[in-house]
Amino acid sequence: MSNATTASRAGYEGVAVTVPVTVPYVRYSIRSAHWWIGKALRELIRTAGVSRSEVDGLCLSSFTLAPDTAVGATQHFGLSPRWLDHIPMGGASGVVALRRAARAVQAGDASIVACVAGDTNHVDSFRHTLSQFSRFAQDAVYPYGAGGPNASFALLTSHYMRTTGATREDFGKLCVAQRENALRNPHALMKKPLTLEQYLNARVIAEPIHLFDCVMPCAGADGFLVMSVERARQLGLPYVRVLSTIERHNAFIEDAIQWRAGWAVDRDDLYALAQVGPEDISFMQAYDDYPVINVMQIEDLGFCAKGEGPEFIRRNTFTVDGSFPFNTNGGQLSVGQAGAAGGYLGMVEAIRQLTGTAGKTQVEQARFGMVSGFGMINFDRGLCTGAAILARSDA
Amino acid sequence: MIEPLKPPRRKNPVARTRQPTLPPAQRSRTSFGLTAAAAEGRFALQVCVECGTVQYPPRDACCNCLSEHLPWQDVSPWGELQAITTLHHSNDLYFRERLPWRVGLVRMEAGPVVVTHVHEACAEGERVRLSLRLDRAGQAVMVAMPGRETPHMMETPLMRELTCDPKFRRVLVTDAKSEVGQAMVRALLAAEASLVFAGDPQAWRHNAGYEALLRDPRVQPVLLDVTDTDSVDRLAGQIGGKVDILINTADMQRDGGIMYQRDVNVAREIFDVNCFGLMRLAQAFGPAMCSRTADGVNNAAAWVNIMSIYARASLPPRGMWSAANAAALSVTQCLRAEMRPSGLRVVNVFVGPVDQEWEQRTPPPRVPPANVARAVVQALQQGTEDVYVGDVAAELRDRLADNPKAVEHELGRG
Repeated sequence: MSNATTASRAGYEGVAVTVPVTVPYVRYSIRSAHWWIGKALRELIRTAGVSRSEVDGLCLSSFTLAPDTAVGATQHFGLSPRWLDHIPMGGASGVVALRRAARAVQAGDASIVACVAGDTNHVDSFRHTLSQFSRFAQDAVYPYGAGGPNASFALLTSHYMRTTGATREDFGKLCVAQRENALRNPHALMKKPLTLEQYLNARVIAEPIHLFDCVMPCAGADGFLVMSVERARQLGLPYVRVLSTIERHNAFIEDAIQWRAGWAVDRDDLYALAQVGPEDISFMQAYDDYPVINVMQIEDLGFCAKGEGPEFIRRNTFTVDGSFPFNTNGGQLSVGQAGAAGGYLGMVEAIRQLTGTAGKTQVEQARFGMVSGFGMINFDRGLCTGAAILARSDA
Repeated sequence: MIEPLKPPRRKNPVARTRQPTLPPAQRSRTSFGLTAAAAEGRFALQVCVECGTVQYPPRDACCNCLSEHLPWQDVSPWGELQAITTLHHSNDLYFRERLPWRVGLVRMEAGPVVVTHVHEACAEGERVRLSLRLDRAGQAVMVAMPGRETPHMMETPLMRELTCDPKFRRVLVTDAKSEVGQAMVRALLAAEASLVFAGDPQAWRHNAGYEALLRDPRVQPVLLDVTDTDSVDRLAGQIGGKVDILINTADMQRDGGIMYQRDVNVAREIFDVNCFGLMRLAQAFGPAMCSRTADGVNNAAAWVNIMSIYARASLPPRGMWSAANAAALSVTQCLRAEMRPSGLRVVNVFVGPVDQEWEQRTPPPRVPPANVARAVVQALQQGTEDVYVGDVAAELRDRLADNPKAVEHELGRG
C-alpha cells in the first residue's frame, strides 16, 4: 500500500477550529441521543455568540440516534444547513469530522460547521449496539461468546504481548497515568486514584484484559465548531489551526491479526504536510478504548519504532506535567466512553490545550498537538484510522 | 489431557429445572450457506468462480475481484491459531451461564481470517482444524479443533453444547421391534447411552431379536403404538420427563401407487403411522423435551426422524408411502420452527432402500439396518441435522439439487 503524494494535497490554511464543548457524561441516561446532541448544539451556538441560522453546516456522529440520521436531526433541531454530513466511524469520527468540515469551510460550501458526537446509554443499550454492530459482527463475531470489543481487543492484546514482550505492568502504567490526569478533569466519571497494584489485581474480563483495561460505556456529547480564521477573529473566539490530517480504512488487509493500522500507511504524509515531526508534538490525544490501541498509535505515528512500545512506555510518564503528556483529560479509560463522543474526546481536549483553556489539565507551552482516532471493529480488526496535527493559533 | 465426561448425578426432584437460553441466532441471508454445510457436517465456504478467492465472513461480492458468483464449496479447514482469549464476561445470557468461554482468531491456509470457538485442547500458535457445527440456536459456528484426535475430545463442555451425543443420555426408540429399530438400540448401547426405552408397537407379536435386546439392563421395553393417541399419551406420562433423545423409527411401508387403488384405506393406515404418528409423538413428548434442553449433562438434546429419501421426490410404485413420507417431512419442518426456541435439535435422516423384508424386490444397493443406526448415532455425535444414508439417498439429494425436473421424470419410469 503506498501513501498519498503530499505534493498534490492542499493545506488547511485559513481554517479555525474552536468552541470545544462537552456535555458532562453520566453512566446511564434515560434521555435520548437527540437530547444529548441538542444540549451540545445549544452550547456551541451560545458560546460562539452566533444565531442558529448562522450555523450552516452540521456534521453528526452517533450510535444511538436510530432510526434517525443527521437528516432527521436537522428537523428535530430546527436547523437549515447547506452542508450536512453523518459520520459513522466511531472512534475516528472526531478526526474525520474535522477533515470534512475544514474542507467545506475552505471551499466556501459552509461558513460555520457544527461538529457534534453524542450518544445516550440506557441500561441495556450497549448490548443492543453490540449485537447489531455490523453484518460481519452479527454473522461471524457476536455468536462467538458475545464478548463485544473486550473479546476482540483481548485477541489483539494477547498477540501483541506475545510478539513484543509487553507486560501487564506496561499497559497498567498507561492506565494509571491516565487516571492521574483524569483526577484533574472535573468531567471524568472516574474520581478515585488508581494504583498499579489495583490495576494488576483487578478481575479478569477476557484474558489478558482485566477490568481497568476496559472503558466504561456512558452517555454524553462533545462538539466543536469549524469556521474561517477570519470569522473566529470577528467573533473573538480563541481557535486552533489545522496543520495536517489523514484517514485510512481497512489498511493492511493481508495481516493475519491486527498489529498495525492505517496510521502506518499515511504517517509520512501527515508529518510532511504539517511540516513538523513527532519530536515537535507537545501532547498526544489517542483513542484509548484499550491500552493496546494506545501503544499501536504511538508506534504507528512514529513516536517510537514498531514493537518498541513497551520500551517507550517504560521511558515516559504520560502525565500532564511529565514526559509525553498523553490523554491529558484522562481519556475514555478514565472519563468514560460516551459512544461516538468517545471519538471526539481527544479532539475537544486538544482544542482546549492549544487555546490555553484546559484548566488543571493544561500542558505548559503546548504548541502542537496530535489527535488520533481509531474506530469500528467491523469483524476481526478496527477499520477506521485518522490523525490530525493541530497548532496554537500563534504557533 | 481432557477429563472424561462424568455421568450426571441423580436429578433433585424439587430443584428448579434450568430453562433454555440460546446463543445469538440472527444472521444475514447469505450466511445460511454455512448453516447448510454445517447441517450436513461439511466444511464449505464461498469460493469466487472468477478469481478463486475463498471468502469469510459470507459476502455478496468477492473481496478480491467484486464478482457476484460465490458458490459454496468444500475447502481446506486447516489454519493457525493466532490468538486465544478466555472470556470471563459476556453480554449474552447463554454465554454468561457457560463462562469461562474460549474464543480465538485463526488464519486459514485457504486465506481468510476466522473468529472461532476454540476447543479446550488447542493452544496459541498451533495448527488447528476448523469445523463447522450447529450451535444450540441451530446456526453454523466455527470451532477450532486439535489437529489430531485426542481421547475424550468430544466430551468437553463446548462439544457437548454443539452435539447431541447419546453418551449418558436416555433415548426412546419409538419402534424398536423393526429391523432398523433393533439395530438402533444396539448402536445406542454401543455409544454408551445410559438407558434405551425400546418401543413395542405390538406386544402380542413375538420377536426373538427384540427379546434378546431386553437382556441388557440398560434396555427398558415400553408399549408404544404411534397410531393410538392414548398409548402415546400414556407413555409420555410415564417417561416423558426422562427422554433426552427421541428417535422415531415407526414406519409402515407398503407397495402401491395412487390411481389404481380402489380406496384410501391403505394410504390412511400408512399416514396414521408415518405422519399422524409423528404428530402424536410431537404433541405428547415435544413440550416436555423442549423444557429440559438446559438440564445438565443429560439435557434433552435431539428429536430424530428417520424417513425415506422418497419424502423428497415421489417414487410412483410406492406413491402412497412416498406421500406419507413427504407429509412427515413437512411436519418436521414445522417442528424445527417450533422446537428451535428451546434448542432441541430436529435431525432428519433420509435413507435409501433399507435391506429389510418390505424391500425384498428392490435391487441393490440396499442399506443394512445397522448402517442406518450407525449414521444416526454419528449424526448425534457430530451434531448434524440433515443426514443422507446410503448411495441411493445421497445420489437423489445431488440429483434433486442439480435438476429436479429430470428426477420427476426419471423416478416415474420405475
